[in-house]
Order: sequence, then C-alpha cells, then structure tokens
Amino acid sequence: MTRRRVAVTGVGVVAPGGIGARAFWDLLSNGRTATRGITLFDPAGFRSRIAAEVDFDPAAHGFDEDGAARADRYIQFALVAAREAVADAGLELGGDDAWRTGVSLGTAVGGTTRLEHDYTAVSQEGSWWDVDHRLASPYLHRAFTPATLASAVAEQTGARGPVQTVSTGCTSGLDAIGYAVHSIQEGRMDVCIAGASDSPVSPITVACFDAIKATSANNDDPAHASRPFDANRDGFVLGEGGAVLVLEELEHARARGATVYCEIGGYATFGNAHHMTGLTAEGLEMARAIETALGQAQVNAGDIDYVNAHGSGTKQNDRHETAAVKRVLRDHAYKTPMTSIKSMVGHSLGAIGAIELAACVLAMTHHVVPPTANYETPDPECDLDYVPRTAREHTLRSVLSVGSGFGGFQSAVVMTRPKEVRA
Amino acid sequence: MNSRSGRTRGAGTPGRTVVTGMGIVAPNGIGAEAFWKATESGDSVLARVTRQGCEHLPLRVAGEVRDFDPGTLVEERFLVQTDRFSHYALAAADMALEDARLGRADYEDDPYSVGVVTAAGSGGGEFGQRELQRLWGQGPRYVGPYQSIAWFYAASTGQVSIRRGFKGPCGVVCGDEAGGLDAFAHAARAIRQGSRAMLAGATEAPLAPYSVVCQLGYEGLSTAEDPERAYRPFTDKACGFVPAEGGAMFVVEDEAAAGRRGATVRAVLAGHAATFTGPGRWEESAEGLAHAIRGALREADCAPEEIDVVFADAFGSPEADAAEARAISEALGSHGSKVPVTAPKTGTGRAYCAAATLDVAAAVLALEHGVVPPTPNVFEVCHDLDVVTGDARACGPRTALVLSRGQMGSNSALVIRKGSDSPA
Repeated sequence: MTRRRVAVTGVGVVAPGGIGARAFWDLLSNGRTATRGITLFDPAGFRSRIAAEVDFDPAAHGFDEDGAARADRYIQFALVAAREAVADAGLELGGDDAWRTGVSLGTAVGGTTRLEHDYTAVSQEGSWWDVDHRLASPYLHRAFTPATLASAVAEQTGARGPVQTVSTGCTSGLDAIGYAVHSIQEGRMDVCIAGASDSPVSPITVACFDAIKATSANNDDPAHASRPFDANRDGFVLGEGGAVLVLEELEHARARGATVYCEIGGYATFGNAHHMTGLTAEGLEMARAIETALGQAQVNAGDIDYVNAHGSGTKQNDRHETAAVKRVLRDHAYKTPMTSIKSMVGHSLGAIGAIELAACVLAMTHHVVPPTANYETPDPECDLDYVPRTAREHTLRSVLSVGSGFGGFQSAVVMTRPKEVRA
Repeated sequence: MNSRSGRTRGAGTPGRTVVTGMGIVAPNGIGAEAFWKATESGDSVLARVTRQGCEHLPLRVAGEVRDFDPGTLVEERFLVQTDRFSHYALAAADMALEDARLGRADYEDDPYSVGVVTAAGSGGGEFGQRELQRLWGQGPRYVGPYQSIAWFYAASTGQVSIRRGFKGPCGVVCGDEAGGLDAFAHAARAIRQGSRAMLAGATEAPLAPYSVVCQLGYEGLSTAEDPERAYRPFTDKACGFVPAEGGAMFVVEDEAAAGRRGATVRAVLAGHAATFTGPGRWEESAEGLAHAIRGALREADCAPEEIDVVFADAFGSPEADAAEARAISEALGSHGSKVPVTAPKTGTGRAYCAAATLDVAAAVLALEHGVVPPTPNVFEVCHDLDVVTGDARACGPRTALVLSRGQMGSNSALVIRKGSDSPA
C-alpha cells in the first residue's frame, strides 16, 4: 500500500529571542541564548528564577484589549505563528478545501497562567477555598479548557475539518504534528495547521518544577544556565513560545504550486510504563519510537544526518536519550551531529516539540546544524557529537527529532528532503 | 441477563476496531450493571451541588458521582499523586480490563502492543486548586511534588499506562465535549497502525469550586434551581445544560487480535468523522454536524436507514437543539424524523469530554439489550424528532449513531454496530 506523502509548506515561529522564523533562525544559527532572569512575575522566593521568555507585545501583533483578553498568551503565540505559517505557505482556504483542512495543536499546560491569575483574584491570594466568582474575568472559561487553542486557530484560518488540541505533556508538539501527519496519510484531511504553544512562566508552574528540582537553579548565570549534555547541567530552564507548520498532502501542495520545504514521513510514540517523571537508563521505549518512525519514513538509521535532541539538560534525560539514539543508530550515532536548541530557547513544555521541528525544517533548508550552546565539559555518559556552541554546515537529507515527557511518553519524528524538493 | 447472548467469537477482521470491555464511573452508577439499570429506567440523579466550597456559587444543579470510594479500587500510592479525574480513570480502566479479561499475560510478550488514549477537558482542577492555595496562601515551598503530574491533562493516560504496564501509543485529546468521541478515533487509528488493543475513554471532575467558577462563563450553562427542570433539551423549556463528572474507559481492540485470544466482541466502532464550525455558532453547527454524520456513515459503509438509534448531543439551548435536529434531518433524510433519538445524559448531566464516552457506553448496552433508554426530564418535544421519553423502548437496535458537539466549535459523529453483527 502506498501511503499518501505529507509535505511541509509553511513555517511560523514565536520563540524567545525573536518572533518569526527568520529571527528564530538567526538566534539558533548564531548560537545565542535567550535565557534570562524571570521578568513576567517577581520570582523572589523561588528556587529557579530563570526562564527563556518571549518579548511579545500583543498590540504590535494586532490584538486589541478584547482580543488579548479572549486569547491567553499561549493562544496569542499560536495565532501569530499560524498567521506566519499560512502566509508562508500561500494557503487560501475556501469551499470544500476548508472541510478537508484540520488543525492539530499541542499544549502541555494550556491556560494555567490565566487560571492562576484569576485564581489569585477570586481567592484573595489563596486566603479561602470558597472562591468568589464575582471577582473572575469574563473570558475565564476560555482558559479553563485547552480546546480553546485549536478552536482559536481554526477560527483564524477558516479550517472546518477535524480540529483538536493535543496534550501529552512535553511531547505535545511532536504528537500534535504526528497525529496530523497520520491523518493526512490516511486521507482524513489534505491540509493541517499543526504545531504547539505554551506560556508556562507563572508562579504555579515554576513552583511545581521547584518541588521536584527539575529546573536549573543556576540563577547567577541565566544566559548559560541551560546546559544540555554538559557534565555540569543541573536541570532544564523553563521557556515559552509556539510554532506552527502547514502540513499538506504532497500532490495537493504540488497542484497549487506551493513550495515544499521537506516531508514528514514517520512519527511514533510509546509510553515507558515506568514512572511519571523518571526515565530508565536504557531508553528502550524511545529507541522503539525512533525505529518505528524510521520504518514509516523508509529511512535507514545509518542515513540520519542530524538528530534534534530533546536535550532538556536534566541529568537523567540527556543520559537516557543518548542511550536511546545509540541503541538505534549504533556506530552511526558517533558520526551524527545531535544538538539541543533548548540550550538557547529553553524548554517550553508542550510547545518545544513543534519549535524543534520548525528548527529542523530551517536547518534542512539552510543545510546548517544549530549548535548546543553552553556545552563545555563532556559527560562520560553522554559521548556523542553535540556540536558545541557554534553552528555547523552539514548536508541534511534525513533528520530525526525526539521528545520525552512526563507521563513516560517518548516520541520521534523523521523528516526527509527528497532530491526533487527545492534544488 | 441475556444481554450478552449476541456476543460473538471468531477470527475477525484485522484493523477493525471492536469494543471488548467497558468500565463506567457515572453519576447514576458505578459499573456497567448499575449504570445500565439507572439508564434504562430513565432515573435522573441530577441534584443540588454538594461539594464543599460550591454552596454559594450560582451553579445549583450538577451530576455528581456518589458512593465512589477510590481506596477500595486503587492503591494509595497512585491516589496521593492524582486528582479525582484520574481516580475515576484508574478505576474505570480496571473495570474495563476486567470486563475484557485482558490481563498482563495477554500482552507481556509485547507490552508495546497496548496503548492508552484519553480525552480531558479540564484536568485535575481540585488538586490544582489545593496547590494554588498552598502557593499563594503559604508560599512556593508548600507546593507538593505531585502538582507537576496531577493537574495536567495527560495525568490519566500516563498513570493508567504506568499502573498496568502498557507501553503502546499514549495519547491525550484535550477536546471540548466532542473530544470524547475523538479519543475513540485516535484509538482506532492506533489499531489500524498495528496496536492490538487500546484503553480509550475520558473521565472528568469539574466540580471543585474554582473549576465551577471557570465554567460560569459558558453561555449554555444552566443555573436553574430545580433539578427536574434544569436540563431539558429539545423542549421549549430548554435552558442550558447541567455539568457532571465521571466517565468511562473502554478496551477497544483489533478484531483479529480479540478473536485470537477468544475475547467477546461487545460492539464494533464502525465509523467516525469530525468537523469544526466555531464556538457558539450553533446555526452553522447544523451543517458541520451533518457533514460529520455523513463522513461517519461513509466510513462505516452504513446507509442512513440502517441507523436504529441516535444518541443526541442534546446541548439544551433552543438554538443548539434546533441545529442538531436539522443536522439529523439533513444527514439521514426522511429517516431523520423516524429514527428513535435519545439523550440519557439529561438524567446524569453533561460531563464535558466524558459525556460522549458515557453515551458510547449507553449505546453499546442498548445494542446488547435491544432497548433504547429514555431521555429523563424531557416530555414535550418541540422539534421534528422522535425523542424517546418516559419509558425505554424495546425496538431491537443494531446500529447506533452517537453525536457530540463542543462549546469550542467541534462536531463529532461515531457509528457503532452491535457485536453480533460483526462477521465471525
């Protein structure tokens, strides 16, 4: 059976350090970091007081007061990224095409920032359990369910096909895009606006990661705090942002003369059935996801040119992931650049998988591997080529991106750039 | 009960998705037997909200799960790190696995062959409110270690997979109400791609005080005082919907894999489709829902006349109900005004994503018993629909259509066939 092929025809990004795909790529290809002391709230009293924040002015992106109130910050990111991606793809929806166009967007924590904000009002800053509804803001119900995310983007783009928000913690972005890929392959839609968004930099989310010491406490040196694969890494640095890809059945894209960046041929996800936050040293489940995604894309492990790592910068993650990649790529793993852009843009939970796939699309377009910033001291358990600090020119035909999340979820996506695509 | 006489054993069709087990935690009953008894009799359990901290809020009536003691069902170490919505999911998953007789021995040779997908509309709100109170009332250091894994929407999928050792595809759809049906679509796709079985469904627990405050902005929320009058869709007294908690988990399985292990097929998930027409635009939802119904029928290879019962979305506002009636009529043609339509959720409330999973449970039981359950509290129907009111109707349905629409604009339809209609 021949599977329908899925092309990427548009990219949009809202990331720390720059809004828009161009600014994002400029940051990555220059190895700059966007991590800093938290400004979105006063972090005094918290263990980790650093984050990769987006400098985002809603008014500059067309949100008036009511528009900004209706759409939480994470939804604003998604709307801006979707607008860029759709324009980049030159996509115009109408008639029957709209029914064949879906939306699949991921988020890990959805509207929690707004939920927390209103909570402080209705509870008099945590004074009582019997909250006072009269103090809530009028659009609070839109923050209550993350279904609002995909709904808002569908409204903006005019999609009338299957519209869904996906929330599998930190693999949400990969999973949302992966579901879209499979839906297009199966013929359930021809086009999908797919990606992810999160704006988790709020006291409750910072506190919950403080409680399990998952985040870096390197508060004295925020710009160098996110240190994936480095021996001195001490946890991830929270981030925020969003990215959206326009995915399209290949013939559909060709018929309308769209520019094809690359194809996504494989996606798989598995659970480790081990622990909500813990990872095994062996990485068997992630290895399984990689193998399955490679099989779907009909790419040999030895042909992978670049691994875009989850690389969160926690002790256990980077070891786990290195083991998983070595298990599948074997000797080829040592010759394959593997980098974590979280060193530069932090870990934006559900959004990061989509932001990383956007980075892969741009890397393939430029034939440049973004570096792992801040990498200095090798860790004997992490012994691959992490491309320290400086980007590297490299021919990229097949790229693997992996993710790992709370709940034990392990996901992998394979992108390819066939010969006939973009000379 | 002779309800399961229709069950079949056989080789089955690879890639076809069948239901082999159900676990139910509903306001009107815990376990399929209690749930069906109350559903068939048309009992309404809608009542005044009793949760602590909700007394003074303008929401008066809800469908609460009562007499649920998670401690007798789930180990303490799982309970302390999860919210009520996950307690329901863990308990319902246990019941579904037991019903399907799917045990570790069935998948220990390949734990990657069984996955979990849930839909979640609002996550662990009660747990989250407690931790928010600790953070803001006492300080950052008082936030507990489980906040990071209890509040988020993926908690139930993760915990079910860990507790039962399922390493297959794990998914979470954060839908509006229609997300409940989308979870089945995800499970069916995983099975088409090679998974043997999936735990699929949704549970919700949106009745903590702050969660209730968050829902007050929903235009369709009924704030009526009288439980018997608070949720009466399809009547000229319709004044919104009543929220509820609970839900259902299902073992859905590749028919061939189910046949190999001698499992009994309770129903076939024959076809699904979903569309989007925008939040609150009920007028347009008629076209969108009709489109979804036609898509689900097409996938199920099912003619409109084959539909023997429709489990309606029954949102409960005049405009939304009119749109649903029009969608049924548009998609099913002249059959639309003749086919029995029911909405048992008028007796339990609308448990957001989980509402449609309880409808699927009711549909499977209705097909097994050959009986369409009634629509409690609904009497004088003001649309051109044959709504089953009063008593259950023993009309021997073999194929059911389950409809769900969400307040964020989704429309979803699922065709379910009776287990014995599947080829042996």
